[in-house]
Amino acid sequence: MTNLLLFPVLIPFLTAMILLFFPKKITAQRTVTVAGMTLAVIASAVLVSVVLRDGIQAVTLGSWPAPFGITMVSDPLSAVLVLTSNLITLAIVFYSFRSIGESREKHLYYSAMMFMLAGVNGAFTTGDIFNMFVFFEVLLMASYVLIVLGGEKRQLRESIKYILVNIVSSALFVTTVAMLYSVTGTLNMADISAKVSEIGQSGILTVIAVMLILVFGLKGAIFPLYFWLPSSYAAPPVPVLALFGALLTKVGVYAIMRTVTLLFPHDPGFTHELLMILAVLTVVAGCIGALAYYDLKQIVIYNIVIAVGVILFGVAQTNMAGLEGAVFYLIHDMLIKAGLFMLIGVIIAITGTSNLREMGGLMKTYPGLAWTWLIAAFGLAGIPPLSGFFGKLLIVQGAFEADNLWGGIIILASSLIVLLSVIRIFIHAFWGEPKPVKGTSAGVYRGLLIPAVIVTALTVMYGVGTEWLRPLMWNAAEILHQPSMYIDAVLKE
Amino acid sequence: MKNSDVIIQTATKVVFFIIFLFAIHIFFAGHYTPGGGFVGGLLTASALVLLLLAFDIRTVSKALPFNYTVIIGIGLILALGTASASILFDVPFFTHAYDYFDLPLFGKTSLHSAMLFDLGVYLVVVGATMNIILSIGSDD
Repeated sequence: MTNLLLFPVLIPFLTAMILLFFPKKITAQRTVTVAGMTLAVIASAVLVSVVLRDGIQAVTLGSWPAPFGITMVSDPLSAVLVLTSNLITLAIVFYSFRSIGESREKHLYYSAMMFMLAGVNGAFTTGDIFNMFVFFEVLLMASYVLIVLGGEKRQLRESIKYILVNIVSSALFVTTVAMLYSVTGTLNMADISAKVSEIGQSGILTVIAVMLILVFGLKGAIFPLYFWLPSSYAAPPVPVLALFGALLTKVGVYAIMRTVTLLFPHDPGFTHELLMILAVLTVVAGCIGALAYYDLKQIVIYNIVIAVGVILFGVAQTNMAGLEGAVFYLIHDMLIKAGLFMLIGVIIAITGTSNLREMGGLMKTYPGLAWTWLIAAFGLAGIPPLSGFFGKLLIVQGAFEADNLWGGIIILASSLIVLLSVIRIFIHAFWGEPKPVKGTSAGVYRGLLIPAVIVTALTVMYGVGTEWLRPLMWNAAEILHQPSMYIDAVLKE
Repeated sequence: MKNSDVIIQTATKVVFFIIFLFAIHIFFAGHYTPGGGFVGGLLTASALVLLLLAFDIRTVSKALPFNYTVIIGIGLILALGTASASILFDVPFFTHAYDYFDLPLFGKTSLHSAMLFDLGVYLVVVGATMNIILSIGSDD
């Protein structure tokens, strides 16, 4: 099948279109969404196995020859990212049934979600830098709908900020792509990479590389460009927050990974050094934020910032260990963030507040929730054999191999702060004297907890199954490490 | 807001059809020359907006009882469907097909599947523009 790698983009897209026709029929909306997402998960799982068996898949749209048409490329990294995004979205769809509320469901909530997923999958799959901009716009448009849907006062205020930041960064993105095109004369990422290594990475190209890092850094929340993220993400309801936290920043991170490994790998003394410094600062800033708040949402949101720093630190090492660790940690972080946000959604549904000071003693009444939270928290901090461990181990190993001792030590120390920040939630919410809570019906509790437990179980399996996943991740990192493999796969046809 | 300017209303009844026909002309011209679904759609939407200005929202929605969200959906499915037809033939996505036909009246005409895609774009643009205008204008 020539077009297999497009299915994970097309299926959510088609689902979103079908959903436009009957916005008021909630049961039909839910059924179609679940059916579409199941198909998308199956398609992306098939895609991963095909990519593993046959190597990188590439198709150039409209039967144009490779550097001229828009090329879509599925290498192990993007295939795994697409599969993870689809799995997470499926879980969040189930989670939404009991939490998002009928009025939002009647106003094309699922449709916006599917459009966003199509954009996310497209951005992961595309091999053309301008097309990546288009998919960024698709996912941003849909995310504007999701962040404002419901129209609460806080949502309206934050969505203005969110839209403004993203419009500025999109404008900068287009400008940068235009500059890149004027220098290299091509938009195909593989072709850009080949041309850049031919003509050498001159000063102007390094400037473009830094501009791209800034553009994607604004979307992916690196220091100091994450300023908009904590308050904007806290505004929409929890399922949307989980979707944003798990997927959106990771698209930015993925784009930075591609930029520095595929397009501009020739001047690591400048670009990678800069990226590393920014990554370490991101981790430090995230740690301060995660400890500073007594608000469940803010604590986990600042943990997104920390994770972005850790992943980019791994990417900046330019050795196999660092890159493989970054890939491992990226997938881990998507899964665990979805799980954590879904769990704090359950806590908020029970207590009716997101303020840690106003809760306590949930352990006695909701033991299942408590233990799931503890496992997820340990997974986030990276206690072996849970999922965060191996990625961070490789990243730190990469740092030591590349003689970045201090960076590695800061990453290690940040794990402790991450652990402290989430255990603080455990102590305040689950231990201590039970406080009077709003409570929730058993049906809602189960409907929220089950998807959250499933995602947490996935992260546990991801951690325990590291040995089996290793070849896949090694493969993904090898292609990041040797861009020639990517270039050959795209331009050979 | 009820508008009762006779001159505008009478002129609009004629001008609407001129703009609409010109939009269709631009739409078909788009294959080889400047134009296409996007511009055609915008022109059509501007004709509809002129109707809204001359009359009022209630009159126009009685005359043209469309749900514009559904029009967006139809347009998207048409566009995606045209592009996806290539999947059935196992050629890269978006590959389009064309051939020459001898049609009565037109003579030798080249028909492209890309035109259907453009029709989808046209419908999406009309639907989206009208949705925006109506949701801004319908508050009074």
